[in-house]
Amino acid sequence: MGSYVVRRVLQSVLILIGISFLTFVLLYLIPADPARQIAGRSATVQTVENIREQLGLNLPFYQQYFRYLTGLIQGDLGRSYLQKTEVGALIASRLPATLLLMLGAIVCELVLGLTMGLVAALRRNSATDTSLMVLSFVGVSSPQFVIGILLLYVFSVQLGWFPIGGYGTFMHMVLPSLTLGFLGAGWYSRMMRSSMIDVLRQDFIRTARAKGLKRWQVLFGHAMPNALLPIIAMIGIDIGLFMSGIVVVESVFGWPGIGQLAWQAIQRVDIPIIMGVTLVSAFAIVLGNFLADMIAPLIDPRIKLR
Amino acid sequence: MKKTVLAGAAALLGATALATMVVPALADDIKQGGSMIVTYKDDVSTLDPAIGYDWQNWSMIKSLFDGLMDYEPGTTNLMNDLAEDYTISDDGKTFTFKLREGVKFHNGREMTADDVKYSLERVTNPKTQSPGAGFFGSIKGYDAVASGESETLEGVTVVDPYTVKIELSRPDATFLHVMAINFSSIVPKEAVEEWGADFGKHPVGTGAFELEDWTLGQHLIFTRNEDYWRDGVPKLDQITFEVGQEPVVALLRLQRGEADIPGDGIPPAKFLEVTKDPQYKDMIIEGGQLHTGYVTMNVKMPPFDKLEVRKAVNMAINKDRIVRIINGRAVPANQPLPPSMPGYDNDYEGYPYDPEAAKKLLEEAGLGDGFETELYVYNTDPNPRIAQSIQADLAEIGIKADIKSLAQANVIAAGGEPDQAPMIWSGGMAWIADFPDPSNFYGPILGCDGAVKGGWNWSWYCNEELDKQATAADSMTDPAQKEEREEAWRKIFISVMDDAAWAPVFHEQRFTMRSDRLGGPDAIFVDPVHIPVNYDYVWAKDVQ
Repeated sequence: MGSYVVRRVLQSVLILIGISFLTFVLLYLIPADPARQIAGRSATVQTVENIREQLGLNLPFYQQYFRYLTGLIQGDLGRSYLQKTEVGALIASRLPATLLLMLGAIVCELVLGLTMGLVAALRRNSATDTSLMVLSFVGVSSPQFVIGILLLYVFSVQLGWFPIGGYGTFMHMVLPSLTLGFLGAGWYSRMMRSSMIDVLRQDFIRTARAKGLKRWQVLFGHAMPNALLPIIAMIGIDIGLFMSGIVVVESVFGWPGIGQLAWQAIQRVDIPIIMGVTLVSAFAIVLGNFLADMIAPLIDPRIKLR
Repeated sequence: MKKTVLAGAAALLGATALATMVVPALADDIKQGGSMIVTYKDDVSTLDPAIGYDWQNWSMIKSLFDGLMDYEPGTTNLMNDLAEDYTISDDGKTFTFKLREGVKFHNGREMTADDVKYSLERVTNPKTQSPGAGFFGSIKGYDAVASGESETLEGVTVVDPYTVKIELSRPDATFLHVMAINFSSIVPKEAVEEWGADFGKHPVGTGAFELEDWTLGQHLIFTRNEDYWRDGVPKLDQITFEVGQEPVVALLRLQRGEADIPGDGIPPAKFLEVTKDPQYKDMIIEGGQLHTGYVTMNVKMPPFDKLEVRKAVNMAINKDRIVRIINGRAVPANQPLPPSMPGYDNDYEGYPYDPEAAKKLLEEAGLGDGFETELYVYNTDPNPRIAQSIQADLAEIGIKADIKSLAQANVIAAGGEPDQAPMIWSGGMAWIADFPDPSNFYGPILGCDGAVKGGWNWSWYCNEELDKQATAADSMTDPAQKEEREEAWRKIFISVMDDAAWAPVFHEQRFTMRSDRLGGPDAIFVDPVHIPVNYDYVWAKDVQ
């Protein structure tokens, strides 16, 4: 177990360095000139040259990457070209909003997904089952920007129940969390349905019923814990899914998180921010997978880490 | 069409002239107080006047800071700001500014001539990385500062605490405009040194508003500067800028009374719906912009080295149709200068839309069978659609243009290479004047100085004779020569058209909205210089 953790941590560090290198290469190859971008359209050639020199953009590629990596190890993500602020500070100021949104999404996908799956399993092959599974199929296959805009239009613009985008209160959180969690809810409802059906067929369920337990006691006391096992292990992996979702969802709802920061940076080719957000996301995904692997044997003793 | 354009331009000029007369007359009657909410899509990058150069921060900086000169609200007419008075020497090379006394920075210290000198030396210092440093090129000693040899501008002298003398190395008729541009805002040294690179997040100026709170990615709150030197200004007690809101969402919020001004204007997707709704008739405001959208043709890349080919392109493009594509949010263009810019030639007719004549020109150039080329375009709506319209027009005369739809930075990079982009549609990247003077539409985008690697002269057009005429025009600093100077510029831009270096397509109009709660002359909501809105003069109806 101990050596396994050490090996995984080392692997993770290597993965992150690899990602930083790949991202750096890709951004380096973009035919945009950061110095000119900082200098703006009215700058003289001399001004552009000055900026290039001050930022080390005239250095060869490997030196630029080495400089970046050195900073990174010291916790310095660089300075945004266009926002003129430390990338670390920009990400830190927006991280709480993103974490809050993810939390909301996890709650949404669990509540929605598990309920839908449970109901579908209990009413197997009924009209309810079919319509719930169609809904989950829609959830799994619809792009988030479509769901987000639809929810905005119906519940904010037409019905006026929720604010039209923004951040601050619980009401602001509902629609973006739903949008982000809808995909996961679709997956979870299908997983919940099939594992519930499996579990309900098991002998111990029949025994529990036979010894006189009420239907809900069997369901929540015996069947649910067993059906939930595979799902809990999935939440860690979800973080990766969320990381790709937040860029869209935060932009649609004007949610001030790192997804919106990334989107604005991509549109304006603000390389240090793109690098920073990519690394933070990669870190979150690596961490999520790591935690999922760690938690799995705790939940199910049959799984062993090697 | 031509007539309506001119009538529109005349109406616009009339409206701005009227606004100028109305503002001072009303100013005394308007009570101060109240607040408003302005929304923007992108976060504000910086509020450092030496660095900020965006749509969002341009007018914010003007409200937080003052320069020696400014413009009358809603117009392009220069007026004194921190300078109470100024004199220009006969050779046009020495400007002496007399400063207002008793003007205080937000930190309570009085602004003096030393601050003017410090601010100009800061913005020109290469370490500041100011995108506007080049505007100060005519000040004596600029080159030494720009190259890092010196940190003091030889030409700027503090005569006494309220007098500053600025000597130029060459006569510069645009110098008063330069003193009105954001980059020459006066900043206090102690605050700049305290915050260093983060001064832009903690701005301290002498302006009508001060920054109270800035939550990154969410909002900025400006509050009224109680000690502002100009009586009765600003009108509002507080402005909240909310960022990160898509223009469509911003408009919905305005319609529901949750916001007052959509800073990015009315989004194209909602334009027809909103403008046709009688409910919003009085809330919509239209204004001219110092903007021209154009197609550049790289004169260094055959066959665009041939004048006939460039003329043919000018005659092939159906500008009326392009204006229709963007729902009439522009007026067709026939020359580089926009109609509200001094030097615009009202009598010039430009190249007519005439595909048959265009075909003949191609035949004369020996290209009767047409040719293949590429049209670069910024990949956000409506630019690709406009490019497709141009592509169809060119196909009519036998030119097969491939559309290269790319991110903005990539198009700009391609234009700055001598041999990469044969044609570029400038939409989304087009020139909007930094200050209302014709010279600003020449040097960087049509002059030889801009025709360099990484420059903005994407046509790579370099006519040394015109450059000489431009220098001569900018040497006419005597206010009595104003007419003569405008005439000189008019001639220069018509010569550019004779060489057909561009195909000018349209001049964008700006359409914005304000909530019912807000008052103020229409012109300040589409201010040509305090872009997009002159916040200082907006007032709230609910406190009247």
